[in-house]
Amino acid sequence: MNVLPQFSPADFASDQEVRWCPGCGDYSILKSVQRTLSQIGARPENTVCISGIGCSSRFPYYVETYGYHTIHGRAPAIATGVKLANPELDVWIVTGDGDGLSIGGNHMLHLLRRNLDCQVLLFNNEIYGLTKGQYSPTSRFGTRSPSTPFGSLDQPLNPCGFALGAGARFVARSYDLAQTKTPEILARAHAHRGTSFVEIYSNCIVFNNAAFEKFAGKKAASDSQLWLETGKPMLFADGAKGLRLDREAMTLEVVAMADQDPKAAGILVHDETNKTIARLLIEMPFGDFPVALGIIYCDPTPAFDGAVTEQNRTVAAGKTRDLNALLRKGDTWSVDAAESSLPVEAEPLQ
Amino acid sequence: MTTAVANSPVTDRALPPGAPDAVVMRFAGDSGDGIQLTGSQFTLSTALAGNDLATFPDFPAEIRAPQGTTFGVSAFQINFGSTSIETAGDIPDVLMAMNPAALKVNLAALRPGGLIIADTGAFDERNLEKAEYASNPLEDSSLAPYQVVALDISRLTLDAVKPLGLSNRDGLRCKAMWALGLALWMFDRDRQPLIDALQAKFGSKSDKLVAANVAALNAGHVYGETAEIGTPLKQVRVAPAEMAPGLYRTVTGGETIALGLVAGSQLAGLPLFLGSYPITPASQILHYLARLKEYDVTTFQAEDEIAAICSAIGASYAGQLGVTTSSGPGVALKGEALGLAIMSELPLVVVNSQRGGPSTGLPTKTEQSDLYQAIYGRNGDAPLVVIASRSPSDCFDAAIEAVRLAVEFMTPVILLTDGYITNAAEPWCIPDLTTHQAFPVEFSTEVPTEGRINPYQRDPQTLKRLWIKPGTPGLTHRIGGIEKGFGTGEISYDAANHQKMTDTRKAKIDGIANFIPEQEVSLGESRGKLAVVGWGSTYGAIQQAVRRVRARGGDVSHIHVRHLWPLPRNLGALLKNYDRILVPELNTGQLKTVLRDQFLVDAQPLNKVSGQPFKIAEIEVAIEQVLATRS
Repeated sequence: MNVLPQFSPADFASDQEVRWCPGCGDYSILKSVQRTLSQIGARPENTVCISGIGCSSRFPYYVETYGYHTIHGRAPAIATGVKLANPELDVWIVTGDGDGLSIGGNHMLHLLRRNLDCQVLLFNNEIYGLTKGQYSPTSRFGTRSPSTPFGSLDQPLNPCGFALGAGARFVARSYDLAQTKTPEILARAHAHRGTSFVEIYSNCIVFNNAAFEKFAGKKAASDSQLWLETGKPMLFADGAKGLRLDREAMTLEVVAMADQDPKAAGILVHDETNKTIARLLIEMPFGDFPVALGIIYCDPTPAFDGAVTEQNRTVAAGKTRDLNALLRKGDTWSVDAAESSLPVEAEPLQ
Repeated sequence: MTTAVANSPVTDRALPPGAPDAVVMRFAGDSGDGIQLTGSQFTLSTALAGNDLATFPDFPAEIRAPQGTTFGVSAFQINFGSTSIETAGDIPDVLMAMNPAALKVNLAALRPGGLIIADTGAFDERNLEKAEYASNPLEDSSLAPYQVVALDISRLTLDAVKPLGLSNRDGLRCKAMWALGLALWMFDRDRQPLIDALQAKFGSKSDKLVAANVAALNAGHVYGETAEIGTPLKQVRVAPAEMAPGLYRTVTGGETIALGLVAGSQLAGLPLFLGSYPITPASQILHYLARLKEYDVTTFQAEDEIAAICSAIGASYAGQLGVTTSSGPGVALKGEALGLAIMSELPLVVVNSQRGGPSTGLPTKTEQSDLYQAIYGRNGDAPLVVIASRSPSDCFDAAIEAVRLAVEFMTPVILLTDGYITNAAEPWCIPDLTTHQAFPVEFSTEVPTEGRINPYQRDPQTLKRLWIKPGTPGLTHRIGGIEKGFGTGEISYDAANHQKMTDTRKAKIDGIANFIPEQEVSLGESRGKLAVVGWGSTYGAIQQAVRRVRARGGDVSHIHVRHLWPLPRNLGALLKNYDRILVPELNTGQLKTVLRDQFLVDAQPLNKVSGQPFKIAEIEVAIEQVLATRS
């Protein structure tokens, strides 16, 4: 039975003028989120978007919910305070590759390991946009940018790999133009109790245009995208190719299907609770392999905010809340009026 | 083998003659000797005997520094008496030295003629060498100006605990308890409350441990009882102090800050959220609050100082009282987030338990050198409220005041305390909370009949903005660190608007001067030759110094400033009533500069940054010097 959403996607659009560059991938993601909020029946007043600094972090201004545009990298820490103070709120952290993985990498790590119940939308454009085009921690080796005119010399970070390593229990990946798939992923992220980490590739049209064209471009999409669905075989290129596990080498391999039955061909069936396969899917090199998209890993465990609330409740149970009594606890002595006004006779005893 | 040597030519009395008004005692030993525990137990006994008191725990940053070294010496000083005690005492009368290093480090502070009780068992060749003594000071004439009681406390302790079958190592860990027993005898104290306290503290861990400690304590006491007349060991009774009627307990500043924050949150009607990261000497506030869950307290040990303050800001945004506790280096890291709290105009209490700086500085030593940081230390024009507590008991009221100002003006408040106040203990006349004026917070819930809500709509009196909790229907809005339009609360880069918002933020904080008490004179007249102006933990030393000079007829008054930003509205006029202004501070002259800047007065500094509190005498001398010079 379908329940009609009380709020339409348009109800989640604020009256603020969106100030991203024309053609920015973030517009598509904004639409996907507004659609998701409508589909999941979110209430504007119970929804809070919290962001740091960067192009992606302007996001809260454009959504008709509560929003807090904070400081660079610190959205996870602010969100932790918000959620611990009011676990009823539905918290969405919006961040980017620089905000979430460079200056705020430490907070992201701890958010994920604690498993606070919230959604993290990491818009990955592999570049610093707002500061005008410097390379970011996800930029590919050799990226030429104003700060690396002869090419960057550091290895990029894999956001989903980072999340998995930090102990995330929900790791998913999508891209800006996947406007049908993204709301499905975000709805699952929302339903997941704990930190849901969703990396969304977003094209920066000004400083890093077409960075994802090889798999996100219309022509390339089918051959290079592996959309994961739990219980389904890992097929791509319209079923012409599949992924198999080389059990000797513990690596993945691409298999040409040629009308074989996936089961007979040994094609892996996606099990979103399998962390080992999730790791392999996240790290398979693009080119030889497709890009893994969708919900790569989901294996719930109790969330941090729930545990805090529960411990607060259990420890407090049966105790009185009498602060006056607390002040008087322990070793006390009293000076009465008569005593205090009388000088006391005192002599050395020997 | 024990020896008791009276070798002082100065006086035959180790302690001040007669029934002394006050005694200063210093326990010193290795940082693993249990000196701090011994000191706190002696403090409890002193309090129960009805004396006024102040303590000064003085310990190294290392948890277990190499044994026997001078840098591993831990000390605990207590000043107790029958009169009003406001500092831990300038000069110890009695030094309990548990090893050569403890003697070496602390001897210089001892009063000539003072009493040294030393453990000869620890004065072996190895320890003497570690303390860099060429010869045993207990055996040469170097301690001639003092009275020395040299006892083999190690051996006496081992004898006492022998029946319990402890190893030598475990047995020796009771030797501070033996020394405590002797101290209890010296001042004619009841042992039972301490035995009960030991039982309560260690009883659940090991009966044997309690039994050993009690045996050592009793043995030390018996030693005193049977000591021969003619040794410098004498029993002395310090009369109870005259104190205002009421119920008392001893407290450290760490405890009273925690309790004051809880009281403040209750008076505001808000749950309390503490986001904190461990740092010396502020951690004990976190430890204390972590246990008070039944008072609507949530504590969160964050991954770093930045996350600590950010989580507190998040909690305030969501409608709780956000608090973060730290020390100077941690507050430095919080600077950008403080700016966010100022920009988003949310209540927040930041406790800075100051320590020696800059950088890591002197983590366990006290200083007042973060005043500039508190008042000015942020990017942009970023005013907030700064207040300071002056003593362990005062921390309770200071914390309540910090909470009140934070919620009544929607602003971050920095509460300055320091390592000395946080760790030191004093008697506290326990207040009755039911008599405190509540300041309940009202969240905005009213939906405007037309248009959208402006979250920066202000109260015309206080200029505070609305506090709207996420979750409130019809009032969704966005805030953040970018400048806001005065009339809309939306992002604005408009030049005139930034001027107006900057002016408004300043006016809001400046205007708080109208909602705080006028500056009072703590001691003396509201005009005259000299005002000694202090803030924070120098209160006791300044008060006593001014009292002493006044007793000799000096025209000097003591003004102690709690509200450091904004300053009390009458302070400038008050200061101009004095010919001279002296500002003693444990820094290189920070309040002095602020006063000069704000009031164009010729404030003169008196500074000390040795990691130690002021001695009364140091301020007394400075006052006399100022009074002696012609203006």
